[in-house]
Amino acid sequence: MPVALVKERYSSKVGEVVLGATSEQGGTRTTTVTVGGDSGLPFLHFENQVTNRAVIAMEVTDIVPEWSETITKQIGDVINNPVAWAKKCVEEFGADLIYLKFDGADPEGENRSPEDCARIVKDVLAAVGVPLIVEGCNDPEKNNAVITAVAEAAAGENLLIGVAEQNDYKSMAAAAMVHKHTLIARSPLDINICKQLNILINEMGLPLNKIIIDPTVAGLGFGIEYVYSIMERARLGALAGDRMLSMPIICTVGYEANRCKEAHASEEEFPGWGDLEDRSVLWEAVTASGVLEVGASILVMRNPKAAGIVKKHIADMMNQ
Amino acid sequence: MLIFGERINGMFTDIGDGLRNKDPKALQYWAVKQEEGGAHYLDLNSGPAIPKEERAAAYEWMVKVVQEVSELPLVLDSTNYDAIEAGLKHCKRPAIINSCPAEQAKIERVFPMAIQYNAGIIGLTMDKKGIPKNAENRVAFAMELVAAADEYGLPMEDLFLDPLILPVNVAQDHCPEVLESLRQIKMLANPAPRTVLGLSNVSQKSPDRNLINRTFLAMAIASGLDAAIMDANDDALVDAAATCEILLNQSIYADSYLKVFRAR
Repeated sequence: MPVALVKERYSSKVGEVVLGATSEQGGTRTTTVTVGGDSGLPFLHFENQVTNRAVIAMEVTDIVPEWSETITKQIGDVINNPVAWAKKCVEEFGADLIYLKFDGADPEGENRSPEDCARIVKDVLAAVGVPLIVEGCNDPEKNNAVITAVAEAAAGENLLIGVAEQNDYKSMAAAAMVHKHTLIARSPLDINICKQLNILINEMGLPLNKIIIDPTVAGLGFGIEYVYSIMERARLGALAGDRMLSMPIICTVGYEANRCKEAHASEEEFPGWGDLEDRSVLWEAVTASGVLEVGASILVMRNPKAAGIVKKHIADMMNQ
Repeated sequence: MLIFGERINGMFTDIGDGLRNKDPKALQYWAVKQEEGGAHYLDLNSGPAIPKEERAAAYEWMVKVVQEVSELPLVLDSTNYDAIEAGLKHCKRPAIINSCPAEQAKIERVFPMAIQYNAGIIGLTMDKKGIPKNAENRVAFAMELVAAADEYGLPMEDLFLDPLILPVNVAQDHCPEVLESLRQIKMLANPAPRTVLGLSNVSQKSPDRNLINRTFLAMAIASGLDAAIMDANDDALVDAAATCEILLNQSIYADSYLKVFRAR
């Protein structure tokens, strides 16, 4: 007996956001990346057409990061040089975008100046053709100074800059508006704050198609199901016509997955957990796949092997 | 929750005068003002200001002048279907025909017209004999209109059923019957037809009109009301509608939800 598939029809869709700008668009990127545009839940090809596949941004830091050796040894010597590292991510690891994080700007650490950060951004822009995501450090005041300088130096490049949060979004939204960039709006695993922040940023005059939602994620085993349900709620809201939740979503899965002990503790320490090399790759890849199934558009990843697996997974899910 | 702004009605002196003198100022003023207030649709009703033989021309004129200043879709409100049709021909966006009772002759006139102009219909749960006293008979009429939508191929979400509220100061017993009708109408079909009320009628000639409107609106929304022809410039009333959506978990809460409800 033939079974008729029940198809869901939604009244609205997720907004499309373009990242990067080519020379005709006022930037210097050789390619731009378009995310969002979904008119249904992810990968239900019988129900809706998935126009833009999810993309992988690979994380590069301005100082040598304290990451697990399973990751750093794959990156190799270039880990001392953000420009060469970014180039390797694109050319060898197949990154769709580069996510550049200025941990070195932290006043408690190397206290790199905003101008120096801006110079590194320019150097990375010159070395790779893909669009860039730029985040400052974890000190809010310094972060604003760094992002303002970077936004100005890279005016017209349509960087994805961040992060704006509920108590600190104005200067970053202004920088995005003035210098024609796109903004990450981060909320602490809270759908109501997520929506409110988008409203506040939009009220300042930044159009909805210049905002990307960062709902904050969690690694596998550390609350990923909670992340999943928040993202699902936002997505269903967007599909039902809630414009203030209709932006594409970025997930910092590399950061979150690698905070989990399971991604870096040795086999000697936990013999039952099995080989660390495989476990480390899988922890990040499975975290990424989890949020992918509920509509993540940009996955920020660290482990090159995990990124490779997820890239293939995305292609499989897109029937490519 | 959809708000149909009620203010462009010939019963109001400024609109009546505008219609008689072919002066669009008042109509356009209220079109803009109601949109600002939170209206999703604008109801247009010439009322008795215009003689019958001039109604068709009047509706065509109303549609044109209102669309000069507002992009909102329109609800064409008249018992004269030729006038409605004259207006429908000029609507830029799919409009709603207000209204059609559960009477065969009128169904045969209105439903094909709705299909032809891609319009919705407000269906009244009454017939020639008038408004039923109880929910049971209201729902029976609603079912006739649902069957008509099925027969003519009108999508169920384009059928707005109005269980007809009467003034609380003369027909108090109708209020709970209307609420019960709303609950039952939503179960008549899947997908369900939509529901609407001419809200301000509930408070006719009562001193505390705004309070009565606001309280009944909240009760009606909780019972399944999807749209109301109402005062889109009563801020507390629009706020109540927005808050009902939040409390019923129909839209996601944010501190600025009242502002977002009005933004388009």
